[in-house]
Amino acid sequence: MTNKEINKAAEKAKPEQEEKHGKTGFVDNMVVPVLAVVTGLIIGGIVIAITNDTAVAAWGNFFQNPGAAFKASWDAVLTGYGALFSGSLGKPADMIAGIQNYFATGDSKLILKAFYPITESLVTATPYIFAGLAVALGFKGGLFNIGAEGQFYIGALASAYVGYSIVGLPWFVHLPLAILAGAVAGGIWGAIPGYLKAKTGAHEVVNTIMMNWIAFRLSDWLLSGPMKSSGFRPVTPNIEATAELPRFFPDPLRFNWGFPLALAVAALVYWFLFKTTLGFEIRAVGANPDAAKYSGISVVRNIVLVMTLSGALAGLAGAAQVLGTDHWVGQGFSAGYGFDSIALALLGKSNPIGVVLAALLFGVLRSGATSMQSLAGIPIHIISIIQGLVIIFVAAPVIIRGIYRIRIGSSDETVLTRGWGK
Amino acid sequence: MTTETLPQNKKASNQRQMITGIVLLAIGLLMFVLFARGTQPGQEAKFGMNLSNNAETIPIPDLILPVQPSLYALIAITIFLGGWQLARGIRSTGLLIGIVAFSFVAAFLIWATKDQSFNLVGMLSSSLVRATPIALAALCGVISERAAVVNIGIEGTMLLAAEAAVVFATVTNNLWVGLLTAILTGGLIAAIHAILVIRFRVDQIVSGVAINIFGTGTTSFLSSRFLEKNIDALNNSGTFQIIPLPLLSKIPIIGPIFFQNNIIVYLMIILVVIIHILLFYTPWGLRTRAVGEHPKAADTLGINVYFMRYVNVIIGGMIAGLGGAYFTIGSVGRFDQDMTAGKGFIGLAAMIFGKWNPIGAFSSSLIFGFADSLQVKMQILGVNIPSEFLQMAPYIVTIIVLTGIVGRAIPPAADGTPYEKQ
Repeated sequence: MTNKEINKAAEKAKPEQEEKHGKTGFVDNMVVPVLAVVTGLIIGGIVIAITNDTAVAAWGNFFQNPGAAFKASWDAVLTGYGALFSGSLGKPADMIAGIQNYFATGDSKLILKAFYPITESLVTATPYIFAGLAVALGFKGGLFNIGAEGQFYIGALASAYVGYSIVGLPWFVHLPLAILAGAVAGGIWGAIPGYLKAKTGAHEVVNTIMMNWIAFRLSDWLLSGPMKSSGFRPVTPNIEATAELPRFFPDPLRFNWGFPLALAVAALVYWFLFKTTLGFEIRAVGANPDAAKYSGISVVRNIVLVMTLSGALAGLAGAAQVLGTDHWVGQGFSAGYGFDSIALALLGKSNPIGVVLAALLFGVLRSGATSMQSLAGIPIHIISIIQGLVIIFVAAPVIIRGIYRIRIGSSDETVLTRGWGK
Repeated sequence: MTTETLPQNKKASNQRQMITGIVLLAIGLLMFVLFARGTQPGQEAKFGMNLSNNAETIPIPDLILPVQPSLYALIAITIFLGGWQLARGIRSTGLLIGIVAFSFVAAFLIWATKDQSFNLVGMLSSSLVRATPIALAALCGVISERAAVVNIGIEGTMLLAAEAAVVFATVTNNLWVGLLTAILTGGLIAAIHAILVIRFRVDQIVSGVAINIFGTGTTSFLSSRFLEKNIDALNNSGTFQIIPLPLLSKIPIIGPIFFQNNIIVYLMIILVVIIHILLFYTPWGLRTRAVGEHPKAADTLGINVYFMRYVNVIIGGMIAGLGGAYFTIGSVGRFDQDMTAGKGFIGLAAMIFGKWNPIGAFSSSLIFGFADSLQVKMQILGVNIPSEFLQMAPYIVTIIVLTGIVGRAIPPAADGTPYEKQ
């Protein structure tokens, strides 16, 4: 075939291809995120290798013994990621031994120990699901909620307050009340920038950033003053048992009803976004506010609604963390859940199902990182490096396409914000 | 059309005038209730006008103010201005707000210092020092956003630059090498941001968020992996000496505040002036602003939109890098995790508060630096206001300014939107 013919053939094929890309399937949608995570992990592995003392020493002797250099690096990565995944998923052999032991002797100690890592990953994933949904809902409505971190704090503090200050309620009143408090407080914290955006045009990105810092300072003050427990440290008192999200297993397993609740909320958000009129309106405003306006949708109402719901979801993340996992709030309590949730929402392409999957992944990474730090001496912050890279790869699929020489639709360009002012 | 809108505008401005007037009167009343009410005649407030242990400047006597008369004078000014605004209207809102804010802060200081002494010049001098990284971050924002590229990754950029500066300065035992490294690091990170958002058209906020997460992760990773274990070899650089400028440093009050600083503070002041001149009095500045306001028109006139954006973002990054250097080699001589503590975001706030104008950004940085310095001094004076509330002030002020109630902040028209050449 000559060049001309090839061009012609390509032109013929083009519309077909584009049509296919127009309706990207589930698998197509997964390609970039999965490759982004893989690439992030590979680069993380390189970082582990080049910061490992043994490996670096072996590279120093590269010309005497090149094999040892590669082996030492490989070992470093293997030890690191081995600790990461065994620390977050557990070891199958231990699980089997634990189960056998339980049925043989009735002693639950081993079985609990074997399943501790994986349940702990699910525990970590719980606030991630809520916070990821918060940001994703914002994206769907055309709004960038960077304030999930602050809403998380405010939600957690409100839940904790209801949790410890009210005594003597039955659990079926107290627990829903505590959860609701978190959602309402987070919702208010999100609604303020939403309202300002809708009424005055002040950009939600700046205002949510500012609201974050106000929330941090406010929580510093609350924790060192009005909400401080009687002890020495700046933490709240423990919440009442009636406000706790019940745990499924005995200690030390912290796996609790927060996780199923998160899944249920994810399903609810999915239903709301894709099966209700209001959800359709939100997506319409997100896709094209002008078109939505001229077809009679109230843009103002939708902006406030989206930011309120988004804040409420982030507040729920805080509530779940307090009521299910920690039972108290201290300084530095969030550990960046709200900021990570931006990565989550991008990775999950703002789709509730995608968000849940991404949250599970982040739960695994985050909870495994702790044992990676203690077992392999690799600082926990490697996870942030990997997350930063993953965000860039997901947001710039061109890079991923370039590395792996694959052709995927270019429809997934991310332009989320439309300038500061309007 | 215009005939219809004009009376409406007039009505709106009348209404705004009324509101401002009432607010001013309320502030006057508040000053009376908060400060003047509890004072007794004969009380004095002593303000130190010399830096302690400072042989450089010609000493002048301390300022001793009678508390009650001074407070009543300040309240009278505020009430008078409020009444004038209600009755006649004052053209320059900026001046009005400036005077009232000054009166309020002065009244507060006099009240807080009653029967005590307080080094005013010392605090003003530390305000400028504390404002330095904020101003540099704000300048970075101004210069990028004037070319329509939003950079919210300043925080991460400054962290990376701060760490690079201290490590290179310690290893080479030369602070200038550290300074240069910081500037280059800032430029490099900004270049990555520029390539991502200009070439790959990644969402600007997403890229900034990724840089922040990546920057925090990388610096903390390196810090706990290497710096904390080898403090003397890697993380102990010393700091730039204070250079008193000949003659100028002898001037009372102004000398110790402006002319007895280290090189980074001087560079910051020089940069503010240079960038202001460049931006408003040179062809480069005109092109930059054209690219930020109306890229298509600029392109039609033969200005290379992409090139202008690259150059501006990278220069901005270098300035942020200088701001990063302030944290380590400019003030404490070592790197601590997350030591920027949100100064990059306050810089963003200062940029907005300063209406995307270098001098404005510098002035707002001074105000924020003043607030920062005040909250430290308040603890010394034993004032019973939680310092967290003063720390919140910059963020709250930014939100109020963005809403347009007090002076509208309008960003460059094309800010945050990618440009596609046709």
